[in-house]
Amino acid sequence: MGDAIASSGTSGGFARGRRVASLAGAAPGDRVYRVVITAFALMIPALLLLIAVAIGVAAWPALSAAGLSFITSSEWNVQAGKFGAAPAIYGTLVSSFIALVLATPLALGVAIFLSEIAPKWLRQPVAFLVDLLAAIPSVVYGLWGIFFLVPMLRDHVVPFFRDTLHLGNTPLFSGPAYGPSMLAAGVILAIMALPYISAVTREVLIAVPRSQRDAALALGATKWEMIWDAVIPYARSGIIGGVILGLGRALGETMAVTMVIGNRPEISASLLAPGYTMASLIANEFTEATSDLHLSALMAVGAVLFVITLIVNGMARWLVWRVASGPKS
Amino acid sequence: MSALRRRKAGNVFMLGLTYVAAVLATLPLLFILFHLLQKGASTLTPDFFTNMPRPVGEAGGGMSNAIVGTLILIAIAAAIGLPVGIGAGLYLAEKRGGALAMTVRYLSDVLNGLPSIVLGIFAWQFLVRPFGNFSALAGGIALGAMMIPLVTRTTEEMIRLVPNSLREAALALGYPRWRTSMSVILRTALPGIVTGALVAVARIAGETAPLLFTAFGNQFWSTTLDEPIAALPLQIFAYAISPYDEWHKQAWAGALVLIVIVLIISLAARHATRARFGSAAD
Amino acid sequence: MVIKAPQEEAAREPCLTTRELSAYFGRSRVVSNVSIDFQDREVTAIIGPSGCGKSTLLRCLNRMHETLPGATTTGTVRLDGTDIYAPGADPIAVRRHVGMVFQRPTPFPTMSIRDNVAAGLKILGRGAPRGREAEGIVERALRHAGLWEEVKDRLDESAIALSGGQQQRLCIARALAIRPRVILLDEPTASLDPLSAQKVEELVYQLKQDIAVVIVTHNMQQAARVSDRTAFLLMGDLVEAAPTNTLFTAPSDPRTEAYITGRFG
Ligand SMILES: Nc1ncnc2c1ncn2[C@@H]1O[C@H](COP(=O)(O)OP(=O)(O)O)[C@@H](O)[C@H]1O
Ligand SMILES: [Mg+2]
Repeated sequence: MGDAIASSGTSGGFARGRRVASLAGAAPGDRVYRVVITAFALMIPALLLLIAVAIGVAAWPALSAAGLSFITSSEWNVQAGKFGAAPAIYGTLVSSFIALVLATPLALGVAIFLSEIAPKWLRQPVAFLVDLLAAIPSVVYGLWGIFFLVPMLRDHVVPFFRDTLHLGNTPLFSGPAYGPSMLAAGVILAIMALPYISAVTREVLIAVPRSQRDAALALGATKWEMIWDAVIPYARSGIIGGVILGLGRALGETMAVTMVIGNRPEISASLLAPGYTMASLIANEFTEATSDLHLSALMAVGAVLFVITLIVNGMARWLVWRVASGPKS
Repeated sequence: MSALRRRKAGNVFMLGLTYVAAVLATLPLLFILFHLLQKGASTLTPDFFTNMPRPVGEAGGGMSNAIVGTLILIAIAAAIGLPVGIGAGLYLAEKRGGALAMTVRYLSDVLNGLPSIVLGIFAWQFLVRPFGNFSALAGGIALGAMMIPLVTRTTEEMIRLVPNSLREAALALGYPRWRTSMSVILRTALPGIVTGALVAVARIAGETAPLLFTAFGNQFWSTTLDEPIAALPLQIFAYAISPYDEWHKQAWAGALVLIVIVLIISLAARHATRARFGSAAD
Repeated sequence: MVIKAPQEEAAREPCLTTRELSAYFGRSRVVSNVSIDFQDREVTAIIGPSGCGKSTLLRCLNRMHETLPGATTTGTVRLDGTDIYAPGADPIAVRRHVGMVFQRPTPFPTMSIRDNVAAGLKILGRGAPRGREAEGIVERALRHAGLWEEVKDRLDESAIALSGGQQQRLCIARALAIRPRVILLDEPTASLDPLSAQKVEELVYQLKQDIAVVIVTHNMQQAARVSDRTAFLLMGDLVEAAPTNTLFTAPSDPRTEAYITGRFG
C-alpha cells in the first residue's frame, strides 16, 4: 500500500469519503466551556458587589452614628469616639490637586514632545523612561520621599519660595517647615501620576488625524501654532480624561503619601503643614484600631474613598470614550 | 514682519519648553535609580538574600523571609488572577457587545480603578476578621483581586487581535468551540497574554497597601499560608519609618531588590515573544 | 472537459441536496429558497456577482453560517439522505463530513506544517490516529494536495513560512486529512498569483476523483475550466443550475445570459 501511494501522484482513493450514516454527536464540551467562562466573567461583578456590601455594612455603624458630620467635622478623636473625616478628605483632595497642577503641564509637554517633536531615535527611550515611573512601587517612592525629596524640599525649595520669591507671608507658605507636608505629598503624587497622564495624552495626540495638522500648516501656522490651535483642541477631552485618570490614581495612593505627608488630622492653609489623606488614615490606624466604632469609622473612610474614585474614574472613562468615538463637540 | 518674527520666536520658545518637560519628566526616575544604587548597593551582600532580619543594634542581617514571602504572595495572586482574568477575557472577547459583557467590561474597569487600600480592608473584613488572624492567603487573595481586571483586559485585547478567519478555519475543521478557543485562539494569543500577565505581576509585586492588614508581615520565617507572612514591600515600609540607621540601610537594599524584581518582570514582559499571526491575518 | 450524458446524470444519486434553503442575517434574507443537488465525484461551481449570497449558501452546507451573529437558516440540507439541520444532528459531525477551505489561506500560525495537516485528527481524542498511522495520513493528505514534494523536508517548520499558494494547498490537505464526503471551496484562488491558482485548479480536478467538490468563484473562466455543473446565483436566488457546458453555451434564463456575456455584475 505504501508503495502504491508513493508511486502515484494522487491518493489512489485515499480521500474517498465514507457514506454518511449518522450525524449524531454533541459532546457536552461546549456547554461546559460556556458555563465555565461565564462563571469567571461573573466573578468580576460578584467581587465588586462583595466589596461594596462588605465595606458598606462595616461602615454603617460609624456613618449612622456621625451622620453628615462624618464628612463635615474636623474632629477625629478616637478616645472620645468622635469621627470627623473632613481633614482626611480635604488632604486627599488638596494633595491630588497639587499633583495635577504640577503633573499636567509636564505630562502635556512630554506627550507633545514624544508625539510631535522628538527625533525618532529619541522617542522610544524617553517614552520608556517615563513609562517606567509607573512601574516603581509606591513604597519605594515613599522611601525616596522620606530620605531625599522631603529634605530637599525643606532645605532648598521652601527657602527659595520664602526668601528669594518673598512668598513667606502668604498663607500657602506660612508656618514652620518641618519636612513632611502637604507639599511633599503633592510633589510625590505628581511624579506618580505623570506617567499615566502622559501615556493617555500621547495616545490621543497620535490619534489626531493628519488632515487636522495639514489644514493648520496650510494656513501658514508655525509648528507650535499647529500643535496648540489644531492638535490640542481636537484631542482636548481625551487629554482631560487622561488627567482625571491620573487624578483617580492620586486619590487612592496610599504608601508614598503616608510616608511623606506627616499624618496629622488638621486642616491648614499652608502647604508646608503636615496633613492626612483618607488612604493614609486607614493605613495608619487600621491595625491599631481596637474599638468596633473606630474600625467602622475607618471602613467608612474607605467607603467615601471608594465612592469618590468611582465618580472620578467614571468621568475619565466617559471623556476618553468621547474622543475615541469621534471628534470633540 | 515683526509679527512674523515674534511668532517664530514663540514657536522656538514653546518647542524648547517641551524639551525641558521631557528632561524634567525623566529626572525623577534617574534620581530614584541613582539613590537606590547609592544607598542600597553596599548593603546588598549575599547575606541579604540568605539571612533573616536582625534585631536593632545587631549589624547585618537580611530579608530572606521577605523575599520568599513576596514570591509566595505573587504565586497565590497569580493562581487567582490568571484563571479568572483569562476566563473572563475569553468571555468578553466572545460575547463582545452582549449586555452582560458590556457590564462586566465596565465593572472590570471600575475594579481596576479601585484604590488598593480598599481591597485591603475588604480582604481583612472577609478573610482576616472571621478567622481572627492575619494570613498569607488573605494577602495573596487581595493581590489576586487586583490582578483580575488587568489580566481580563489584556486577554480580551489579545484575543481580538487573532483573526476571525482562524476561528472559522478551526470550526470548519469540526473543532468544538471550546477546543477552538483553547488550541487555536488562546494558543495564538498566548505571547500577548503572557506579556499582559507579567505586567500584572510586576504591578502587584510591589504593592504594599493591600498587605498591611492581610499578610501583615512577619519578623520570622514562615511559609505557612494561614499565618502572617513577611513581604518585601511591608519590610521596606517598616524599616523606612523606623528611627534606626541600620534599618534604613536595610530598607534601601530591600527597595533595590524589589525594583530589580519589578524591572526584570517588566523587561521580560516587553520581550515575551511578539504574537505572530502570519499571513492568515486579514 | 468531461460532459456527461443526461441519462447517466439522472441515474446517479446526489450526495448533498438542498430543498427550499433560505439563509438570513437577522431579518434580511440573503439566500432564498434554493433547491440544488450536488453529485458525488463532480465539481459544482457556484457563480454570481459579488454579494449575491454565494459564500452564504456555501456556509449553509456545513452549518458554518449559524456561527455568525444573527445568522439563521430555513429549509433542508441532506447529506446522503440525512438532514444536517435535524434536531439530533451535531454541527461538529456535519463539519467533519463536509470540509471547507476559505478565500484566504488560514494555516494555524502556531503549528508546524505537520501539525496543521494533523489538526483535524488530533481532536478525535482516544480515537485519534497516532505515530506511524498519523504520519501516513499526513503524508497522503499532503500528496493528495500536491504539496508533499515541496514540504517533505520541512514538516516541522512553521506553516506561515510557506507561500500563499502553498498555504492554500496546505489548508486543502488539512481538510482532506479527516476524509470528508464533500469539500467546499470559497474562492480558493482569489488571493493567489496565477501560477499558484493554476496549481489549485489542477488539484480541484484531482479531488473530484474521490469526493464531491463545491467551488464558489466569481471567475467564469475558472468555473468553465474546473466544473462539471454550474449554478448561477443572483441576489440570493438560484437562477439556473445546469451542466457547465450547457449553462455557458445555451443558458435557459436571460439573466444568466446577461451575466455570462458580461452585461452586468
Ligand atoms: N456577517 C454578516 N452580517 C450581515 N450581513 C452579511 C454578513 N455577511 C454577508 N452579509 C450580506 O449577505 C449578502 C451575501 O453575502 P455573501 O454570501 O458573502 O456574498 P458573496 O459571497 O456572493 O459575495 C451580502 O449582501 C452581504 O452584505
Ligand atoms: Mg464570498
